[in-house]
Amino acid sequence: MGKLFAVIVFVIALLSAIPIITHSWFGSGISFALPEDISTHGHAIDDQLSDTMVEAGLSFLAAQFVLAFFVWKFSNRQANAEIKTFPGGAKGLVIAALVLVGTEMLALGILGQKAWATVYFTPAKPDAIQVQAQAGQFAFYFRYPGADGKFGALHPDKIDEGNSNFFGLDPANDVDSRDDIVTGELAIPINREVHLMMHAKDVGHSFYVRELRIQQDFVPGLDLSVHFTATKVGKYEIVCTQLCGLGHYNMKAYLNVLSQEDFDAWMKQKASEQ
Amino acid sequence: MFGRFVTKGEHMSDRVVQAVPTTADVVHHHQPPQGFIRKYVFSLDHKMIGKQYYALALVAVFIGMVLSWLMRIHLVWPNWPIPGLGLLSKVGAPGGVMTPEYYLSLLTMHGTLMVFFVLTNAPFAAFGNYFLPIQIGAEDMAFPRFNMMSFWTTFLAFCILIAAFFVGDGPPIAGWTSYAPLSAVGADAGPGQGFGQTLWGLSIFVFCIASLLGALNFIATTLDLRTRGMTLSRMPICTWAWFITSCIALLAFAVLLPACLLLILDRVAGTSFFIPAGLVISDRLQPHSGGSPLLWQHLFWFFGHPEVYIAILPAIGIVSHILINSMRRPLLSHKVVIYCMMGIGFLSYMVWGHHMFVSGMNPFSSLMFSFPTLVITIPATIMTLIWLGSLYGSRLRITAASLFALGFISMFVSGGVSGFFLAQPSIDIYLHATYFVVGHFHMVMGVAAIFGVFAGTYFWFPKMTGHMMNESLGKLHFWLTFIGTYCIFMPFHYLGLAGNVRRYSAFVDDFLVPLIPVHRFITIAALCTGAAQLIFLYNLIHSRFRGAPAPDNPWECTSLEWIMPSPPPFDNFGGKHVVVYHDPYQYGVKSSTGDYLMQNSPEQVEVRT
Repeated sequence: MGKLFAVIVFVIALLSAIPIITHSWFGSGISFALPEDISTHGHAIDDQLSDTMVEAGLSFLAAQFVLAFFVWKFSNRQANAEIKTFPGGAKGLVIAALVLVGTEMLALGILGQKAWATVYFTPAKPDAIQVQAQAGQFAFYFRYPGADGKFGALHPDKIDEGNSNFFGLDPANDVDSRDDIVTGELAIPINREVHLMMHAKDVGHSFYVRELRIQQDFVPGLDLSVHFTATKVGKYEIVCTQLCGLGHYNMKAYLNVLSQEDFDAWMKQKASEQ
Repeated sequence: MFGRFVTKGEHMSDRVVQAVPTTADVVHHHQPPQGFIRKYVFSLDHKMIGKQYYALALVAVFIGMVLSWLMRIHLVWPNWPIPGLGLLSKVGAPGGVMTPEYYLSLLTMHGTLMVFFVLTNAPFAAFGNYFLPIQIGAEDMAFPRFNMMSFWTTFLAFCILIAAFFVGDGPPIAGWTSYAPLSAVGADAGPGQGFGQTLWGLSIFVFCIASLLGALNFIATTLDLRTRGMTLSRMPICTWAWFITSCIALLAFAVLLPACLLLILDRVAGTSFFIPAGLVISDRLQPHSGGSPLLWQHLFWFFGHPEVYIAILPAIGIVSHILINSMRRPLLSHKVVIYCMMGIGFLSYMVWGHHMFVSGMNPFSSLMFSFPTLVITIPATIMTLIWLGSLYGSRLRITAASLFALGFISMFVSGGVSGFFLAQPSIDIYLHATYFVVGHFHMVMGVAAIFGVFAGTYFWFPKMTGHMMNESLGKLHFWLTFIGTYCIFMPFHYLGLAGNVRRYSAFVDDFLVPLIPVHRFITIAALCTGAAQLIFLYNLIHSRFRGAPAPDNPWECTSLEWIMPSPPPFDNFGGKHVVVYHDPYQYGVKSSTGDYLMQNSPEQVEVRT
């Protein structure tokens, strides 16, 4: 039965690797490939992911194959078969682990640091498009500052969903908020940096756009932000990834990346609808 | 085949008396428990308490497993009325069709039951309670009354948690991680967030007290009650694992306890530890201010990360113990493995922020947490290499127990490598909150740690009950479970790479719908693998009453639990003080008992390498 174990481990290891290598579910047409990267920073993340996949994949296969091989060879031997010590003993293995894992760690840690830094350690450019995002049970709303370039103040006690006052603006008393543009979709122009300021209305939520390689939690009480630049026109799903209640599975919006002209037209259209 | 080197009717304990005429002869009189209540209910005997913990874990794991079937069925056949579900909750599943909130309730209860009542109970409290005192040659734990209290307090916590199923609004929907403010503001946040969430907080609060009592007991017992000759370095590797785990648990649960208290206070006493100002929920401005949701996350994960090592370390110890015995040779180095376990325990306190990379905490801290998270790979790798290296040149015996121990190695590798991705914040931007994470923790906790429990069960059942389990059924159980769990959890990683978000009660997004056939495969695999566990249950129950009588030492194992009859007498060693002469790794030797030497045997042999 030791040999059966060895065969099964070997087969499972191979079968597990196939969908990773082919990026699909055994020829069914279902793809597991990362969606296309439409951001300026995403390639660093994708490279990091592939490097890690190679190292993790090789380690996975090597460990499973060695396990299978040793169980095949050394199970159910004769009662008086010689007990042998692995060459190098524990010391050799400890050194191997330190060297292998140590170098992998250093490499991935140092390389990966750059990808993280690009997203989080650099501030948004001063001429980035400012958009505010609010997450609440169970929808995302977005606000643009309008012609005056200023966002009006937020008053949670004035939030009135029935009258579409999602952000709790007070245009009667607050001049800055009169030209604010509130939408249910996040439209942005291509190839221009966007500074997305994020706050939560009620509980924790998260902003996840796979193609943008961006994920950031909304934390009640904190004003957080992300900045990114989209490089391809199209419609992309924004989904909530922080458990927020019964509507969590259905909480989404669309990121609409438009050409500059289309974006300007869209803004004009939205401004007139307010 | 079993115990052929011991003459029928003779016990190793008799040899102790013959060989060492002095201190071992000191007989210590101790009254056995009288009456049904003292023997089986409010028992002070660590062995009975260990079995009680095991029984509780068994009940919890079956409930948890059924909950997972319900979840998996709902994900792929959402409109199919599940028979009986409408009876459990008219509101949560009208006509047997689950509502989105009830899915989240089941998800919350599944996680809570599994992490607390199964993975902390079975490998640690159950087997540790039963075997730690015996393996060090003690009569019982240092504090038998604390021990009894710790079990019954755990049982109380279990009852409080289960009660959440039956309160008006149903069980909580905030997940086992119970993030604030969703979990802190009260009923406004959604169904289940009323009384159900408070019961959750109370249950875990009580569970923490029980675990602290247990951890204290293990530590005091290990340090103070070792018998003569049982130095720390002669303790079996699983004893070390239980000891290190208790040290981790003492600090971890001590943090979760006040965290739960603060959560309960926010909910019922109007405090705002975790709730900031200005929240509008269900059209109501919440009357709180000044609190921080991140504070909950820090407190929870400061506990939560060590907790997962509390779940895996005992399994590592049990698997190592069984492998040494099955391979008929020592590990390449026990000291190294023990140091690795200590290293993991220590590092486990430095990594909690890797659950919070995109949480809004300072992004610089993310790098600070990433580094020790990557470093913790080193001791894990060393242990794996030592297990593999020890297999080389061994005389491996294949039994149900050793199959699960070997399967553990495979699972530990599979679960471990996905951790490598998640440890890097840049990659975590993409993989956070996807099925990749769910696949990772299920492989290490839901499979590997459980394999440790299965291995321990098949190994120690004879000693605990006096009966052998059915080996063929055990092996069948192994094959179905090993293949089945790979079929369930490997695909989770592929789904994660595609960005499949977790904790969704339905897959309606454009990018998720095409993945549903994969989910269907997983659901079928889960139902089949679940069914296979009935083989285990049948084997447990049938063998308990009808299994072949177990000899003292069916596996020819060296540690002290095997010197006495199966099951051991109420005071473990019949009033005699065991004297220990060897470490428990005397395998591959030529002795009067065969190729191994019991720890209490005064025989000296040359160790063959």
